[in-house]
Order: sequence, then C-alpha cells, then structure tokens
Amino acid sequence: MSKVFIAFQANEDSRPVIEAILEDNPDAVSTTSPAMVKIDCKDRLVIRRESIESRIGRSFDLQEIQLNLITLTGHLDEDDDQLTLSWKR
Amino acid sequence: MDMEASKKKLGLKERYNHLTRGLGWETTYQPMEKVFPYTRYEGIKIHDWDKWEDPFRLTMDAYWKYQGEKEKKLYAIIDAFAQNNGHLGVSDARYINTLKLFIQGVSPLEYMAHRGFAHVGRQFDGVSARIACQMQSVDELRHAQTQMHTVSNYNKYYNGMHSWRHWHDRVWYLSVPKSFFDDAMSAGPFEFVVAISFAFEYVLTNLLFVPFMSGAAYNGDMATVTFGFSAQSDESRHMTLGLEIIKFILEQDPGNVPIVQRWLDKWFWRGYKVLTLVSMMMDYMLPKKVMSWKEAWEIYGEQNGGALFNDLARYGIRKPKGWEQASIEKDHLSHQAWSTFYNYGAAALFHTWTPTDGEKDWLSAKYPDTFDKLYRPRFEHWEQQAKEGKRFYNGTLPMLCTTCQIPMFFTEPTDPTKICYRESDYKGDKYHFCSDHCKDIFDYEPEKYVQSWLPVHQIYQGNCFNPGVDPTVPGFDPLRAVLDYYHTNFGRDNFDFEGSEDQKNFARWHGDDAGGA
Ligand SMILES: [Fe+2]
Ligand SMILES: [Fe+2]
Repeated sequence: MSKVFIAFQANEDSRPVIEAILEDNPDAVSTTSPAMVKIDCKDRLVIRRESIESRIGRSFDLQEIQLNLITLTGHLDEDDDQLTLSWKR
Repeated sequence: MDMEASKKKLGLKERYNHLTRGLGWETTYQPMEKVFPYTRYEGIKIHDWDKWEDPFRLTMDAYWKYQGEKEKKLYAIIDAFAQNNGHLGVSDARYINTLKLFIQGVSPLEYMAHRGFAHVGRQFDGVSARIACQMQSVDELRHAQTQMHTVSNYNKYYNGMHSWRHWHDRVWYLSVPKSFFDDAMSAGPFEFVVAISFAFEYVLTNLLFVPFMSGAAYNGDMATVTFGFSAQSDESRHMTLGLEIIKFILEQDPGNVPIVQRWLDKWFWRGYKVLTLVSMMMDYMLPKKVMSWKEAWEIYGEQNGGALFNDLARYGIRKPKGWEQASIEKDHLSHQAWSTFYNYGAAALFHTWTPTDGEKDWLSAKYPDTFDKLYRPRFEHWEQQAKEGKRFYNGTLPMLCTTCQIPMFFTEPTDPTKICYRESDYKGDKYHFCSDHCKDIFDYEPEKYVQSWLPVHQIYQGNCFNPGVDPTVPGFDPLRAVLDYYHTNFGRDNFDFEGSEDQKNFARWHGDDAGGA
C-alpha cells in the first residue's frame, strides 16, 4: 500500500476544497501544521469540481486549486471535472 | 464577417491538444537533428514525442492568469510586511540567519533553474516538453525575484544579506549548492531534467519548501512563508512534470532504463548532500521547531520516495544507491553539519550558536539514539568554553569532498565516531571524497570533476585574495584576507550570534534593553 498526498495553504480559499476532498475520499486523513493542511490517502485521491461548487455556490475551475496548492505526490490526471492522484494505474 | 463566436467552450484536454499538437511541425529546410542537436548524444532514445504530456494540461492563457493572481497575493503580503515592520514579528533574531542561508544558497539556484529550463525549453524536439520547460523557466525567474524582494526587507536591518550574489560564486559553503547546479547545467538536456525535475523537484524539494516554510510561518515570518508557498504552488506543477518526464523517458525505449538509473543514483545523492544545509536549518536554526529533520526525512524521503520507487519498479528502476545510507544518516546529519558551521563560525556569513537548554532537550527527544550520547557533550563543551570567554573558532581550513564540495565531516555509516574518507587516483593526482557514492560519481566522469572549483584548494593556491595582497608579509592573516575578498563586513556578518549587532539591534528595536529613552 502506498499513500498519495496533497497539501494546501491554510486559508479561506482552501477550506471548501479540503472539505470536498475529505467528504469524497472516506479514507483521507488531514493534518494541520502552521500555515498548511496536508491530506493523505491510501492509493488514490479524487478532487471533484461539483463537490467544490456545491460548497462555494459558484462555478469553479479546477485549475484554481493551483493558487493555494503547496505540494502533492502520485500520478496526476486532470480534466474539467476532476483531478485524480494515484499510485495504481 | 463569417467568423462566428464558438458556441461551446473547448474542454481542457482539447485546448491543451491544440496548443501542444497543433503548433508544432517537422522541419524541412533543415533536418530535425540539426534544429535540435543536443537530444541524441546522451544515448536516450525517443520514438514519439507526442507521448509527453503535462498532466495539469496548462495552456498559456491559464498560466498567465493564475501566475498573475499568485503574484498579486504575494506582493500584497510583502507590502504589508514592509509597512508594518514585519521583521520585528519573528520569534527570535536567530531565525533571520535561515534567511541569510536562503538568499545566499537557494535563491541563486532559482535563477540557475530559470536559465537551465530556458535552455532545455529550446532544445527538446517535442512541443509539449518545450512548453512545459518554458513555463518552468518563467516560474523559476519569478522564484528568484520574489525571494530577492522578500529578503530585501530584511537586508535593510540585518547583516549577512548584502552581497549574496558575489558570495555565491566564492564562499566556501556556497560552492555546495552552486556546484550542484553547475553539474546539472553542464550535462545534456535529458540528464538535466532527470536531475532537476525528477531527482531534485520530485524527490527532494518537499524537504526544503514544505516543513521549512511551515516553520517560517511558525516563527512569525509571514513574508517568507508566502513566497515559499507561492513558489511551492509552482513546484507542485514541476514535481508532477518531473514524474511525467521520468515515465516518458522510461517508456520510450528499454535502452533508456540503465542510463536513467545511473542518473538517479547520482542525482539522488547530489541532491541529498545539498539538503545537509536544510537539515541544520530545521533542527538548529529555527528557534521554534515544527518537525525534526529526521521526521521530515521519514515522511518526505522514506515514505513518499518509497511509494515512488515501488511504482517505478515496473520499469526495472530500483531505489537510488545511496538510499539506505541516507536513512542511516538521518540521526546524525544535522548535528554534524551544525557542529561544523559552529567551528567555522568566523568564516560563515551568518551567525552560529550552541542550542539553548530547551533546544537541547528537544533534540534529545527527537534523536534519542544519538543526541545525548554523541552530540550533546560536544555542544556543552563549547558552551562552557564560550562562558569562559574562549569561544572556539577553528582557524584552519577543512578538506573538501571533490564531488559534493562539503567539508569532510561525515562519519562512517557503520561508525559515527569515525570520519569517512574515500579517495581515487586519477592521472597522477589524488582526489578525496566524503562517501562511497561521491567517489562513484567522480569515478564515472573524472574528466568533469577534476575541473571542480574547490574553495579550499583555491584559497591555498592564493586565488582568493584581493589584488595586491601580499601573503608573504609578516603577520599576514589569511582568514581575514579571504573574508575581505568575499566582501564580508568583518565582525558584523560573521561570528557567534551572542554579542552580534543583529542580536543587539533586534533587542533594542523591541525595547528590550533597560533604560530606554
Ligand atoms: Fe523554484
Ligand atoms: Fe561528497
């Protein structure tokens, strides 16, 4: 088993993104350190545009997450609707 | 007009395909090998450049838009920091020494990365590879600039930051990061991207930018954490690309695998050695600590790197050769490094100190197997000497490893009480190394490394004195002459933190000294 992770700056823009990730990925675990939140998940983690939009009440371009992204690991695949990190291909 | 606004917006994948597939062509006036002359001599075989893809599928419009937003956010904070005397908000003036090391050692590498990616961004045959490298080149320029702007606010008040560009090419410990990048820049384009995008960005930069920047926040440095995380948001793209690059090269031809493996062995070790400086920043230089070097290595090195190399095993790639040794050294690295800088504190352009009692206890807790036994007594001894007015400064010069250029202070992997020495003979000369892995790197390309500009050798050869200086006059002080050549403000940039101008000013500006006006 391998873990993937993604970390964001701890701020208001990131909050709905983090909430969406934690809800959409039941195995995801978040850890807070000064100024950052890191989310670990085994094998695979998905970020869904719709889950974020339902929280912020406006349309959201998934590329916006780059503004507050700190780091990530795993193979990444991104399209208009979701961003996936995984070790299994 | 028969031009009609398109009814449906193109999707991300379509937009990216138009940019990277639609805009390239096979040259006809000149053969492709002449237009892209550097991508064949390293032995890497590429059959289909279209297989290279940026997983973020970033197009130019999105790139400028998001980078612009990042800049606006960052500069709003840098301005607020300057307007509100943010430098006085840091935990303790010792913290500022991490920024000195950062601007001296790291920011010049950002600029070199900008140049390196501009170079390979021209040289790769594939359009998507060129675009990704050009974006990264602009990112790296931004990193260099934002770091200079942030640190310039500290330079107005503190020593050790005024001539960093001059120092980067001359000062003994700065040849460690400098030679790392020069080594990559003087390799071919494929080795460069494996070295920088993969081995450095993907495997190692988390250790510099993530826990250290979180530490900057914890120590109250709003400006540094912001440039750090702003840069790191680009780094996540670079890291993703680094992984993509390695997969692409490995998938293109089975003959590429052994070449890449050798580069991974080399560049993992080269990068890890540069991180020696980061280990002591985390364990000794941050007054308020977020996590130890050892913990950071376990999370970002062992765990994350382990997952990565498990995944690459399907291509026939194994963990880099130095992997086990790096794990053994995690209990020792920061202590040995900081001890060395403490020794050479007269010749370092930042301040050094012995850890406080509370910090020593933190180190004992984080390093239960090694700190009390091997390193605490050393610091207590130096502390005692300093109390007696005999602060120890080593006045001699250390032997350097020819490959990583770090003073030979690392111990044998099997015996932490014995310094590790390795050597090779080449064309009648003897070369010295800190480790088996640095020796291996030299032995494979001796013609490259015999050209190394080793600061200590250069000093002994008389190449590091100002013009007109006569080393034969009675009472000649070589250390002082070298520091003049470095443009050091002697007595202000160097020596112990205790008694330094930085310490006094920080206390005075806080109104900590008795009396007041
Ligand atoms: Fe950078
Ligand atoms: Fe070395």
